[in-house]
Amino acid sequence: MKRRKVDVAALPAATARQIDDRFQVATPLRRMFNKVFPDHWSFLLGEIALYSFIVLLLTGTFIALFFDPSAKEVEYSGSYTPLKGVVMSQAYNTALNISFDVRGGLVMRQMHHWAALLFMAAIIVHMFRVFFTGAFRKPREANWIVGVSLFWLGFLEGFCGYGLPDDALSGTGLRIASAITLSIPVVGTWVTTSLFGGEFPGDVILDRMYIAHVLLVPAIILGLITVHMALLVKQKHTQWPGPGRTNHNVVGVRMFPGFAAKGGGFFMIVFSVIAFLGGLFQINPIWLFGPYKASVVSAASQPDWYVMFLDGSTRLMPAWELRWHMFGHGYTLPPILWPTVVLPGILTVLPLFYPFIEARFTRDKTAHHLLQRPRDVPTRSALGAMAITFYMVLFLSGGNDVIADKFNISLNATTWFGRIGILVLPPLAYYVTHRICLGLQQHDREVLVHGIETGILRRSVDGRFYEVHQPLAAADDHGHAELDYAGWVVPKKMNRVGALMPSVRGFFRPIEQPPGQPTEAPVSPAPDREEIGTGTRQR
Amino acid sequence: MFSRFGPARRPPSRLRRRLAAGARLVAALTLVGGLYTAFAPAAVAEDSSGLSPAAQQGKGYFDQTCASCHGSNAQGVPGKGPSLIGVGSAAVEFQVGSGRMPLAGQAAQAEKKKALYNLDQARDIGAYIEAVGGGPQIPEGDDLHSKGDAARGGELFRVNCAACHQFAAAGGALSSGKFAPAIAATDREIYGAMLSGPQNMPVFGDNQLTPQDKADIIAYIQNLRSDQDPGGWGIGRLGPVPEALVIFLVGLVALIFATLWIAGKS
Ligand code: HEC
Ligand code: HEC
Ligand code: HEM
Repeated sequence: MKRRKVDVAALPAATARQIDDRFQVATPLRRMFNKVFPDHWSFLLGEIALYSFIVLLLTGTFIALFFDPSAKEVEYSGSYTPLKGVVMSQAYNTALNISFDVRGGLVMRQMHHWAALLFMAAIIVHMFRVFFTGAFRKPREANWIVGVSLFWLGFLEGFCGYGLPDDALSGTGLRIASAITLSIPVVGTWVTTSLFGGEFPGDVILDRMYIAHVLLVPAIILGLITVHMALLVKQKHTQWPGPGRTNHNVVGVRMFPGFAAKGGGFFMIVFSVIAFLGGLFQINPIWLFGPYKASVVSAASQPDWYVMFLDGSTRLMPAWELRWHMFGHGYTLPPILWPTVVLPGILTVLPLFYPFIEARFTRDKTAHHLLQRPRDVPTRSALGAMAITFYMVLFLSGGNDVIADKFNISLNATTWFGRIGILVLPPLAYYVTHRICLGLQQHDREVLVHGIETGILRRSVDGRFYEVHQPLAAADDHGHAELDYAGWVVPKKMNRVGALMPSVRGFFRPIEQPPGQPTEAPVSPAPDREEIGTGTRQR
Repeated sequence: MFSRFGPARRPPSRLRRRLAAGARLVAALTLVGGLYTAFAPAAVAEDSSGLSPAAQQGKGYFDQTCASCHGSNAQGVPGKGPSLIGVGSAAVEFQVGSGRMPLAGQAAQAEKKKALYNLDQARDIGAYIEAVGGGPQIPEGDDLHSKGDAARGGELFRVNCAACHQFAAAGGALSSGKFAPAIAATDREIYGAMLSGPQNMPVFGDNQLTPQDKADIIAYIQNLRSDQDPGGWGIGRLGPVPEALVIFLVGLVALIFATLWIAGKS
């Protein structure tokens, strides 16, 4: 009997055809694969968040296999001797077992925690890039709102995770959380007793946080990330202005293979950076904190970095307590209400509506698909710098006891620095940033009119010195060119316009040998660009 | 009513009262003076001969370097140094052995520095202060931890010490430039610190923490110091603050370089 020959080369095509016959996926997939993504390093910041979220899901699933969030008391009998025989909750016990008795458990736990810190850090810098480039403007306000929600959900998710191991640090965090919810006017007591099932700490809070941490919040985050990406695909990515780029096209690399290869590679890099941190840097050494007891509060008890600004605002808040009588009852507003309930309230609502607030002030109702350079919108950039400074002062104040101790500064001095700094530094940052933006703008215009500074000094016959400028376009009698600012980088060095030897390209080492002594500056014509269209954009 | 019938008893005249009081005073003064002349020289002689050789040696050091602030009989000098009556040899050995005393200058807190006296000399001064006013002593021997139970000590440490010295004994800030130092000390220093409560540290006498409790705590602290961090580099064991530094300076910076490498810059 003759064996049928299998043509290996034709196998992929044949398989694909069989699949398409059944599911008719060729057309949508082709559209998908042909989607074009603009290429800029700052567009990858969101991807860091996305990939660290994937690492969070993977490592989290692993440690959840060995974790039991129960408040039941047990006696520790694992292999960490300095805790032998200590009575602790089952949650802390299993967290210790993951660290010391589960193979690979400690590195998984550490990767999970580092990934959480990285996730939040990436969200923040991604948000900065979206903010400072104006990517949130119409039509992308919805995606901005989804983004802000993702930040606060990540915050909540991180806080729940921090509370789970039931060590002294997480217990202290929960204690503070209960004090915060208690301070909410009118409903505070009810909120707290229903969260904790009675008085703090109670024995239900761990179970509740566990479900929130492993199911509810991640599911919502995953859902919102899906919405975030769907909106991104639907509305298309913004791009920087530049040659061939308009408000109606997208210039970049195709989804497949270019972008997919880069994305896949970048996922590997993010994964390996997290693995590197998880393997080499100790994080959250719960065995040093001991089990949670109300009587144990250590020095240097801080929350993770993304919560630290609330700790800072609490430390800076003077102890102003408001008491008054009304309708025969006494009322108290504890000072902790302002920095931990009112402030985060403002910090949630204000950013949510920022795109609309800005549009209202600029009266800008058009759709934008081209990004703005931060210098071209001085007011927004200055507001952003102000917000970052405000945040930084609170953030540093959250760690002020460690800073005071390690840098030999008085703790009281750091508190006063924070109190004065929170009022003085943000306006200062606003002013300085505004000036810097204007200065940069002016320099751009100057180069467009006068040309590039060549660094060549000439002395004229009458003895005056002047610097030779290279005009960027045909100049008039005064050496002035008429060029419009295109919203993109203005060349400011001679080699940028091909007049000198090109600077050596390559990141770690030259990717091409510098040419041997050219007699004349090489000028190569700009490559022809192919325009790829996937539908038109609304205007 | 009855006084009417008995012989009228005249109250003593003013003069007689004064004379009697004067006589009593003279008698008392004579007695006290006599007693003093009888006993005082003898008492002084007994005191100096009662000092052990070590204490006598210590008195020499004390008079030379410490008396200017603590007074010639360790009774203290207002505005310069407190009385050392009753602080015991534990306090002296801790203060002098760790170089805190003699005090160098005015600062928020007397800090550990290179010791002027070696440990033997410090113990001599301790013996002298002990002889002058008594007080707590550190038990004999250099090894005060091997009879302790580190796990129990850990619990005691977290309840009693971690609030100031931090969970990993890495130190913490107190108000106005004062601080609880990172504990890098010998068994005897730790014991001495607990017994004497230097400066802003409370005294943990034997009825607050029994000698066994102290041994447990020392066992835990020494174990902490020798313990290697199982998770990698401990970044100072300072909790989330250095972790925040690492995620931004190492993690994020590395990844931003990666983005620059992967994607274009314009
Ligand atoms: C320049 C002044 C000065 C000198 C010199 C000095 N001391 Fe002190 N000493 C102080 C002061 C001030 C304190 C109180 C420190 C504090 O509590 O802030 C103190 C505290 C002490 C204490 C702790 C007392 C307690 O209550 O626990 C001891 C013990 C002591 N000194 C011993 C000595 C000895 C021994 C010497 C000599 C080797 C010495 N000091 C030299 C100023 C001095
Ligand atoms: C109220 C805060 C506080 C508490 C609680 C406290 N300490 Fe201290 N401790 C201090 C301060 C402040 C110093 C520095 C004193 C000095 O420099 O004279 C100190 C110094 C020490 C030193 C000397 C460190 C060195 O390297 O020389 C040791 C050891 C020590 N403490 C152990 C303990 C132990 C053990 C406990 C718990 C039983 C404890 N401390 C509890 C505040 C505290
Ligand atoms: C879970 C957290 C988040 C993930 C995983 C995520 C992921 C991404 C990714 C991969 C992109 C495309 C690449 C890029 O432009 O960087 C993107 C775009 C975007 N993100 Fe996020 N993001 C998150 C949070 C946020 C936050 C906190 C904001 C702002 C408050 C935000 C606002 C936006 C906007 C407006 C875009 C469109 C940008 C454009 O088209 O230029 N995102 N996001």
